[in-house]
Order: sequence, then C-alpha cells, then structure tokens
Amino acid sequence: MSARGPVRRGWSWRWLLYLTLVLAVALFVLPVYMMVVTALKEPAAIDLTTAWQLPRHWNWDSFAQAWTAFLPKLKNSLVLTVSASAASALLGSLNGYAFAKWPFPGSRAAFAFILFGMFIPYQAILIPLFGFIKAIGLYGSIWGLVLVHTVYGLPITTLIFRNYYVEIPDALMEASQLEGAGFFAIYRRVVFPLSLPAFVVVIIWQFTQIWNEFLFAVTLSNPESQPITVALAQLAGGEAVRWNLPMAGALLAALPTLLVYVLFGRFFVRGLLAGSVKG
Amino acid sequence: MKRQRASQLTSFLVVLPSLLLVGIFVYGFIGRTVLTSLSDWGRDPTQALALSPVTRFVGLDNYRELFTGIIDGRFRQDLVSTVFFTVFFLAGCLGVGLLLAILIDHKPRGEAVFRSVYLFPFALSFVVTGTIWRWLLQPSGGLNQLPPLVGLPAGEFTWLTSRQQIWRFDWNAMPVALAVFGGLAMALLAVVDLRGHRREPRRRRRGLVAAAASVALLAWAAVWGRGWAPLPFGELHGFNLAFIGIVVASVWQMAGYTMALYLAGLSGIPEELREAATVEGASGWQLYSRVILPLLAPITLSAMIVLGHISLKIFDLVFAMAGPDNAYTDVPALLMYITTFRGNQFAKGAAIGTILLVLVALIVVPYLRSQLRREVDR
Repeated sequence: MSARGPVRRGWSWRWLLYLTLVLAVALFVLPVYMMVVTALKEPAAIDLTTAWQLPRHWNWDSFAQAWTAFLPKLKNSLVLTVSASAASALLGSLNGYAFAKWPFPGSRAAFAFILFGMFIPYQAILIPLFGFIKAIGLYGSIWGLVLVHTVYGLPITTLIFRNYYVEIPDALMEASQLEGAGFFAIYRRVVFPLSLPAFVVVIIWQFTQIWNEFLFAVTLSNPESQPITVALAQLAGGEAVRWNLPMAGALLAALPTLLVYVLFGRFFVRGLLAGSVKG
Repeated sequence: MKRQRASQLTSFLVVLPSLLLVGIFVYGFIGRTVLTSLSDWGRDPTQALALSPVTRFVGLDNYRELFTGIIDGRFRQDLVSTVFFTVFFLAGCLGVGLLLAILIDHKPRGEAVFRSVYLFPFALSFVVTGTIWRWLLQPSGGLNQLPPLVGLPAGEFTWLTSRQQIWRFDWNAMPVALAVFGGLAMALLAVVDLRGHRREPRRRRRGLVAAAASVALLAWAAVWGRGWAPLPFGELHGFNLAFIGIVVASVWQMAGYTMALYLAGLSGIPEELREAATVEGASGWQLYSRVILPLLAPITLSAMIVLGHISLKIFDLVFAMAGPDNAYTDVPALLMYITTFRGNQFAKGAAIGTILLVLVALIVVPYLRSQLRREVDR
C-alpha cells in the first residue's frame, strides 16, 4: 500500500506526521500514567508537587484494599451487565428480524417509535421511573436496574440487528419458506445461525454502556446493590481523599471494559458507528 | 398469501412487548414528567415524601420560576453554562477528531496502534475519566506541575475550583437577543427557500412562513422587546472558567470517537477520486480542503448531533469531577438530580427534565426524520 496524500513528497513531512502522532499518544496516555503511578504510591508519599514521579516504593497494597472494598460492587456490576446485555440483545434480535424481514402495516412507524427512546435525556423520565421501580418493589435491587437497562437498551439493539438483518438476502429465506417454514422456524434455522457477528457487536456495546452507566445506578440502587461506578464516585468524592485508593479503584472499574475493547476492538467500533444511526 | 398474513401477524406480536415497554418507559413516563412539572409536588415539605402526595395543578408556574423567578438563578446560569460547554466540547472533539483522522488517513506505520490508543478513552466510564481528571486538575498538582518538568514555573490556574467568570451578560437581554437571533435565522431560511426553490410549492410555502416569522420576531425585538424585562433587576451570567477542565476531560474522552466516525467516512471515499484529484494537480492541502472535507460533511453533521446530545445530557462526568455541589460547574442535568433527589422539589425537577428533553428533541428529531426518510428513498 503506497502512502496517500501530501506526505509522499518528502521525509520531512513524514517526520512531522510521526511527531504529531506520537505527541497525541503522549497526551492520551498521560492521564493513565498518572492513574497507575498514583495507585502504586504509599498514601504518605503522594505529594502534589511530585505527582508525576515514579513511586520510590511500589505499594501494591492499594489494589488489595480497593479489591476488598470493591469486590461486592464489581459483582453487582457483573450480574447487572451480563443479564441486561443478554436480555436486551435477545429482544433486539427478534425485533430487528421482525422489522427487517416481516414488515407489517405500520412497522416503519413502530421502528421510529422505538428508535426515539435512544436519544432522550433520562432526566425526563427519572421521576416516574423512580416511582415505578419503588412501586413494584425493585428499588435497591439489582433486578430493578436490569429491567431498566433492558428496556432502555431496546432502541439501540433493535437498530443494530435490523440493519444487520436487512443485508441478509431474501433468497436465503425463500428456500425455507417454500418448505413451509414460518416466522420462528426461519429465525431458528436461517437467521439466528447467521447472527453471531451482530450478537457480538450488540453484546459488547451493551456491556460497555451498562458497565459504565451512572445516572440510573445512582438513582435506583442502595449501598448493597451499588454498581462499581457509584461506589467509585463516592470514594473519590469523599472529603480528605487519599488518592492512591480512588486511582486503584478507577483502574479496577475500567479494566473490564478496557479488556473488552482490546480483545474485540473491531466489533466495538462497529457498535459505535451504529450508534450514530447510520447502519 | 395466507401464510404471509399469518407471519405478518406473528411479526407484529413479536414486536408488541417491546412497543409496550417503550410506550410505558419512554412515552408514558415523559407524559408523567410533564404532568408533574405542572404541579406543585414538593413545594409543601410535608407532602413531598408522602406515599400518595397531595398535589395541585399550578400550570406553568415552575417554568416561569425557572426562567424569571428570583431564586432560580442557578438554573439560568446552568443553561448558559451548557451552551458554552456544548460549543467548546463540539469544537474540541470535531477539531481534534478530524486532525487525528486525517493523520491516520496518511497510513503511518503502526496505524492500528495509533487508532486504538486514541479511541481507548471512549471505552471508559465518564466516572472513571472524572476521577482521574479530578486528580490531574488539583490546583497545585497534576497538570499545573507539568511545566516544572521542563524547568518552567508551575501553573497557577485553579481549574475546577476557579470562581472566575468571563463574557458576562444580563439575563434581561436574553429575550431580545433570542428574538433577533431567531429572526435572522428565519430570514436566512426564507431567502434560501424563496430563491432556490421557487418552483416547489412546498418549499415556497415554507419560505413565506419563515419570512413572516422573521418580520414578526424582528419587529417585536425592535418595538416591544426592550421594554420587557423578565427579571425585576439585572442578573449577570457568563462562562465559568471552571468549565475549562471539564471541556478538556470530555474532549480527551470523546475525540477518539469522533476520529472513528471520520475514519469510517474517509474509508468510504473511493481511491479513484483521490487519484483523479492528484492527477489534476491538486496539492495535498487542496485535496483535503476541496475534495475530501466537503464529502465528509454528512459525517460532521452526524457527529455534531450525537456529541451535541451527549453534551446536553452530561451528568456523570461533572458529578465525578467536580462533585454535585459545585455551583460553578453545574449543568441542568445535574441540577435536575439534586433538585429532585436531594431537595425533594419533584415538580421543579420534572420541569428541568422536560426542558432538557425539549432541547435534545430540537436537535435530534429533525435529524432522525431525515435519516429515516433517506432510508425510504434508498
């Protein structure tokens, strides 16, 4: 692959290109460096003026402390994220299949009806939602949050699956149709087996979004059912913070989604592009 | 044919539960919020937390207080802050994102690594980002300690705890300013519609309506506007410098995302087009400014819509960075939460939530409509 654009003209341009790229890398990595370095220091050794220096003694204790403090919250987040991602992906797949392959009168309007839910600021539904979750007895339970994330995940999962299924040629379905297979038989035999890439994209997207979410979590959970983001915000927001602990906690909270990003980057980007509506 | 019908019915029945769920959780709840915002729920402290609170219908009182009541100045400053934040956040993300995308478009060695590094903050929670940057922006540490590393004096800016405000203006000037701005926008729309599309009756009608609206708005501003002040005395609002840190952190998080959008657009530009332009003798600069950037305009629009609605909704980042009680970094999304769940002012919280919804809908609804319509055309 030859070089594109203006840079092919000389190596001094090429040099400038790499300089800018590396400088940008430094800017993007700097906060992470600070996070790791601070987490590894002893509380007494954390001083504002020497914040950028490497620790004299490596203090792994912060991670041990953060781990014990955050373990129950990480478990909450895991249960919440896995259940809600799976549920919203399954429903989204069926919806997407219906919208893409079996349009019914008014299905286009129904699709737009669902899609709009993706963009609302949740502050506009928070008060009735709070009342509703309380009324059905799920306030402070992780299952209340599972329900909420499943429902508000429907627009994006439906969108991604619909756009994916639209590309499956009808000819693939027609053979089964001639054999007399109906809606569900075709889904099971033809469409679902082809869905793996879409499921990967949707589940990765939902996993990241739900793991990182804060507004619902802080409104609908109590200390027992708290997801990690709420616990982290409380730890870092407290008075007289010893910064090694919040930094270690931030790293723990970030690891699962970072891992997903590193392992499945390609699918992650596809979900990201779908989020801007273009399929 | 009969089978087809039956399957269509099945299809509808499969979608129905989701329609009902979204119907209740999105549309039903929005309706409830609007109703709540028209009540006085929370004004009487004894009723605020009652199991079945007694509330009265008070019409638009809550909205009137938010925009013109003496005690709700914080909300008005928050609105102003959101507008400033949105402008800087958009400019930062689009500028940095486009720059990075163009750099990577030159196919440097290690392209994939660079791309992954720039995009990784997007995989983080705003709470994680906020926590890290809260530490980086400590007044006598973090970023302010970077200059000493190369022998310069340490930075002095207090970042999130700054109390400085610039570009101040009187809230009482807002109605006239908005009317003039709206009038000019309408005038522009009218000119475009009437000059370019005289033949199309629909565009023509729209142009005429826009022209009339423009005249009405400008006339109101010129004749009556100046005599009408929403507040009994002046109230200054402006750009809080404490927001600079929040802009930096949010651009750090979202610039990579914008870059990814632009890269997707760049990969859709056919190689032949670039070659043709180069053969015609276009310099690298001309290739980008004349050929590629115009082709990326739809991406810029998408990015602006998505980033714009994120910025109006921003809550977790500010909460984690500056805490919920820092009035100088407050935004409406955060004020709604505090008003409702700390202050138990449910009706007023609902009103703020409704205003946020209207702002987001103003951006998103036209966009969604055009996107869905384009799909029909395809």
